[in-house]
Amino acid sequence: MPLYAQPYLVILLTSIIMYTIITVSWAIFSGPTRYISLASAAFFGVGVYVSAILGQVLPLPVVIAIGGLVSFILALFIGLLTLRLRGMYFIIFTFGISELIRHSLLWWESNFTGTVGRWVIVVDHTTVYYVMLVIFVMVLLTAYLIRRSKYGLALRSIGEYEEAATHIGINATVIKTTVFAISAFFMGSAGAIMATRWTYIDPRIAFDPLFSFMPVLMAIFGGTGQLYGPIFGAALFAYLEEILITKFPYYYMLIFGTILIIVILFLPSGLVGLIGKWRKGGPEV
Amino acid sequence: MFVTFLDVVIGGLIMGGIYALIAVGLSLQYGVGRVLNISHGEFIMIGAFTTLSLYTVFGISPLVSLAICGPVLFVIGFLIHRTLFQYLRGTSESIGAFADNSLLASFGLLFIIQNVALIIWKADIRGYSYLDSSVSIFGALFSANRLVALLFAVGISLAFYFFLTRSRLGKAIRAAAEDPTTAQAMGVNIHRVLAICFGLGALMAGFAGVLISMMYEMQPTMGLEYTIIAIIVVVLGGLGSITGSLIGGFILGLIGSIVTYFDAGLSLIAYYVIFILLLLIKPTGLFGK
Repeated sequence: MPLYAQPYLVILLTSIIMYTIITVSWAIFSGPTRYISLASAAFFGVGVYVSAILGQVLPLPVVIAIGGLVSFILALFIGLLTLRLRGMYFIIFTFGISELIRHSLLWWESNFTGTVGRWVIVVDHTTVYYVMLVIFVMVLLTAYLIRRSKYGLALRSIGEYEEAATHIGINATVIKTTVFAISAFFMGSAGAIMATRWTYIDPRIAFDPLFSFMPVLMAIFGGTGQLYGPIFGAALFAYLEEILITKFPYYYMLIFGTILIIVILFLPSGLVGLIGKWRKGGPEV
Repeated sequence: MFVTFLDVVIGGLIMGGIYALIAVGLSLQYGVGRVLNISHGEFIMIGAFTTLSLYTVFGISPLVSLAICGPVLFVIGFLIHRTLFQYLRGTSESIGAFADNSLLASFGLLFIIQNVALIIWKADIRGYSYLDSSVSIFGALFSANRLVALLFAVGISLAFYFFLTRSRLGKAIRAAAEDPTTAQAMGVNIHRVLAICFGLGALMAGFAGVLISMMYEMQPTMGLEYTIIAIIVVVLGGLGSITGSLIGGFILGLIGSIVTYFDAGLSLIAYYVIFILLLLIKPTGLFGK
């Protein structure tokens, strides 16, 4: 995408793409398996922190790769811990673990480091934008390949009926954990590059629970049935959020909440479902 | 030594009483109605701020506020369930799908309620002083408002326990928690009972909010933290066990008080560690089946 436009547009596009990356990676695992993960903030935040700690000493691409890798390992660990948990227990466990990390870091920093928060090495807006774009293309490609492969089918059958999937010879444990970790990799690398735009971070910013909630809302808003659902959902939702915050700073949460409830009540399969309905009803219109 | 012991135990009971109230509220909404109400804490916040306004503007005592906030929030909760959640229950394809959808819808409620509160009360940290003289119990000093809050929290918890175990409606609620389909077959009007449960959950949150406002400072964004504590207590007591939530509240309060005695910054971390270990070792909680 050419970038002769104003800097504001670059910043806006960067945050829209960031949300799209987190949402699409969330949907790689949670879409087909129907395990709703609220650990996205943990993976994103780990990337942010890696960037803050290593940004001064290592070149940017290495920092981003390490950010992704640390999140990948964390996700493997969480995945192995949560094998027995399903439904609501999985949701609240993943939420609990990212809150635990956030509060432990806060406690650690205020007791041992002395200061809460860190400075991050600054990278110019255009570089951040292009790096984000590269991660975006990679996550899309990964999502597409997993979906098309036999692993995508295995994930869907786990989502339909896990016991049956195990009985026909799918190694649910390995597939679930691996795909969960792959999705975390992209969240971590997005966090690592996003940190450079914020210049200052602390555990409250890096592990903000909103990063866990937003991808879920965005994916469901778009519809998780198709690959392009979460992309649409995230892009539209993120754009809407930016516009509402700037235009109606005092009412934006109110409008946001109302839209959310309306979508859940009247568009249970998301925007993609609406498009599907409109297509089916096409000839009559 | 004895004074420190009293300090920790009574402090724990005060916190525990509040936790028990909010957890019972969430337990009614989730354990019985399958709505994991993320906006639960927002009802606590409304209770707290309404009490603040009634006290500072009209001079109405916080104890009178209990009698105002509780019933008003009950009606609001009842109506929210009758419209929003009942509709979702009808359109969701399974009970699992309903649990997911209602979780998301309650996020919507959280955003809406918090925004309205920010418009009315602004984002500042607020508080008022009420009964803040100290009372000595065997040498340990407590401000009077905390003891009054403890008294009311325990009183409300006990009253609710008897309502649940002795009254007809209480039996219907427990039957609905056990098995909604069978309860319906036995003549329980399930939609009405679920809406009453949701309303009672809001009422408990309101009561807790009034008591919290007497002791601590408040902010329109305070809700989520209490919601999380309520979730931890509900899991500790066992999902679906209302008495488990009551007892779990006091247990967590005591643990919190002991940890706070060593390092106040660690109490929330301790809650999460307990929560995570519990989910791994015994996800059904202390009193769950």
